[in-house]
Amino acid sequence: MASVSQTLRPPLVAGDKRPAEVTRDICAALDRRPGAGWWAMFLPAFALLLLGVTAVTYEIATGIGTWGLNRTVGWAFDITNFVFWIGIGHAGTLISAILFLLRQRWRTSVNRSAEAMTIFAVLCAGMFPVIHLGRPWFAYWMLPYPNARGSLWINFRSPLVWDFFAILTYFTISLVFWYVGLIPDLATIRDRTKPGLRRRVLEILSLGWDGSYRTWQRYETVYKLLAGLATPLVISVHTIVSWDFATAVIPGWHTTIFPPYFVAGAIFSGMAMVLTLMTVARKAMGLEDYITVAHIDKMAKVTLATSLMVGLSYLTEFFTAFYSGNQYEEFVFLNRALGPFAWGYWIMLACNVGIPQLFWFRKVRWNPFLVFIVSVFVNIGMWFERFVIIVTSLHRDFLPSSWAGYAPTSIELATLAGSFGLFFTCFLLFCRFVPVIAISEVKGVLSVGRSRQPAGRRPLRSGGATEEASVLG
Amino acid sequence: MKGPESETMPDSRATGGGANQPVDRREFLSRSLPAGWVLLAAFTGCGGEPSAPAGGSEASAREAGSAPDSGSQAPASEVETSAARDPLAGYDPSQHKYAMAIDVDRCIGCGRCVEACKTENDVPREPFYFRTWIERYVIQRNGNTVVTSPNGGISGFPPVEEAEILRTFFVPKLCNHCDHPPCVQVCPVGATFKTEDGVVLVDHDYCIGCRYCIQACPYGARFLHPVTRTAEKCTFCYHRLVKGLVPACVEMCPTQARIFGELNARSSPLARFQRMHKIQTLKSHLNTEPKVLYANLDGEVS
Repeated sequence: MASVSQTLRPPLVAGDKRPAEVTRDICAALDRRPGAGWWAMFLPAFALLLLGVTAVTYEIATGIGTWGLNRTVGWAFDITNFVFWIGIGHAGTLISAILFLLRQRWRTSVNRSAEAMTIFAVLCAGMFPVIHLGRPWFAYWMLPYPNARGSLWINFRSPLVWDFFAILTYFTISLVFWYVGLIPDLATIRDRTKPGLRRRVLEILSLGWDGSYRTWQRYETVYKLLAGLATPLVISVHTIVSWDFATAVIPGWHTTIFPPYFVAGAIFSGMAMVLTLMTVARKAMGLEDYITVAHIDKMAKVTLATSLMVGLSYLTEFFTAFYSGNQYEEFVFLNRALGPFAWGYWIMLACNVGIPQLFWFRKVRWNPFLVFIVSVFVNIGMWFERFVIIVTSLHRDFLPSSWAGYAPTSIELATLAGSFGLFFTCFLLFCRFVPVIAISEVKGVLSVGRSRQPAGRRPLRSGGATEEASVLG
Repeated sequence: MKGPESETMPDSRATGGGANQPVDRREFLSRSLPAGWVLLAAFTGCGGEPSAPAGGSEASAREAGSAPDSGSQAPASEVETSAARDPLAGYDPSQHKYAMAIDVDRCIGCGRCVEACKTENDVPREPFYFRTWIERYVIQRNGNTVVTSPNGGISGFPPVEEAEILRTFFVPKLCNHCDHPPCVQVCPVGATFKTEDGVVLVDHDYCIGCRYCIQACPYGARFLHPVTRTAEKCTFCYHRLVKGLVPACVEMCPTQARIFGELNARSSPLARFQRMHKIQTLKSHLNTEPKVLYANLDGEVS
């Protein structure tokens, strides 16, 4: 018997939890009033959001001359932030959809918050293409709808149009997927809530969930289908974002390696952001038993793998430029490493390729604090990657006479800070009002029954016979 | 832009017909009510959309270039009255194919073309907004090349002080009006377009200011207008072309370094220039097929 026990995988959730304990632990944050810690994080985040709103309002009222753009560098902070945020979102979809289809059951502890992160990141990302327009109030002209604009129609040859559709689709599917996954948990909260307005709202949101076999069967079918729909989006969205650059003839942009390079980079940055959030959230919310170091270890491994892919892309870019013999390409890449923005390039390389190599060591991967530090560096590095791609390619363009520098203005910095404010405000609200871990899914991976001790002899932490029955049932 | 007469094409329903004939009250009301609705819709703009292609030769050029789908609903009598004000009246774009040639050896870098362009087209005076500009190349004996364009060359160039100079020369630059324009491909709303006579234009009413075209242009020919917040570039002075005039820069050039004309004509100054010179274009490897043709261009220029 002992040998059989050893072949079992170590449990995914620590603490030998019972289903009722899971519900209690995860709903604890929803039941209590927000503590000082929560307010200490929420208020600065909200202040940053207000700062961003002010900056964007000023920018739209005055014009994009308030940014440090010039004739040569026409895209800079705006598109850098856009690509950064849309990349962050990718890990959520990877965890929720691809790992679901691959039956990686460790995802259950992190998928809810990773999906929420995706939605908030796409919100932040979606803001930038709109506010960077010269005339943002006409952003809806990208929609192909019957209009009064004469013979004009959107230009389907433009990658910006593809981008528009890609992001819209991504946001929609992510939101629906997230909501559908939330339905059983909403029903759980509904059942724990006293009659009143809150319960009424939850009743509507949980769509009459009754926990019957039929409901579960429908739910799982829909979930699987949505996972199938979301999976191609992990690849397609950032591929299309990369086409914004790859289809232009600018050296440094016009390269076929961009789609896989961007997708790997997106998953890399997204995983890093999940790690940043989760290492803090598990501690702050007391969820160490659910998001264990083993989970962090797995995500660190994914981060390491994608870091190597990104590193390979950096090398390949240089090799392509050298091997092509194209003097413009050669110049752009040498200029990246040695030119005026060389500091950005080396920050990128150090943060994205150098520092993540620490994840080869098990001691680092199993230390949440070190993982947090490394993940923050990766976030910084991935932001700089987009900055390097966009600004260093543009500031030395085809025309030596119009070569220019670029420095962000305070408005641009405030807008970036504002996007972080939006992201963290949303995330902190999410932590307060929605179960951060998928209760119903975690119950499916509990190690109940692993112990060879007879159930009656196990010390009950709480509850009584009814809970014991539900464990067995 | 400061075109000739920038008249808006009259909205057929809004102006109504037979205004000089006496009409009774009921008829007047029944006519003016729908007209009022149309006017209201036009002013609220259905959320800001231009209700009809706005005036100026550029917007009209789009209409002329895509006549079957132009969406113009004006009855015949209205077309006649609007034709009198239409800057494209009597102009048939299908009969033309424009190009500009530049003789680099003739350019003295005086900057009159830049000044003429700014004045004619109301280009902002700041030293980084240009529809055309001049670059000075200074090739040193050690192989280095210094390219400068102080204020686009509008006030000429300061004396060259570098020693050991192998060669210096000026290169006027502008939108190349490519036959395969990368800017037209990337415009998400179709505001940038190529006319039938080969000129690449921007419709300011439809441009949303995303600046993708500015990034996509390999010739650095575009900028964002600070007032209209839309993309701007050389139009070959389209408002002058339709009147049979040449672009302002060509008109002003004291050394006739710029030659403008029909690309396919058998006999024209441009055709003669093409025959007599070895023609080069900028960045031919990008396959954009520019319609600004250079002669006596140094290999350093790209």
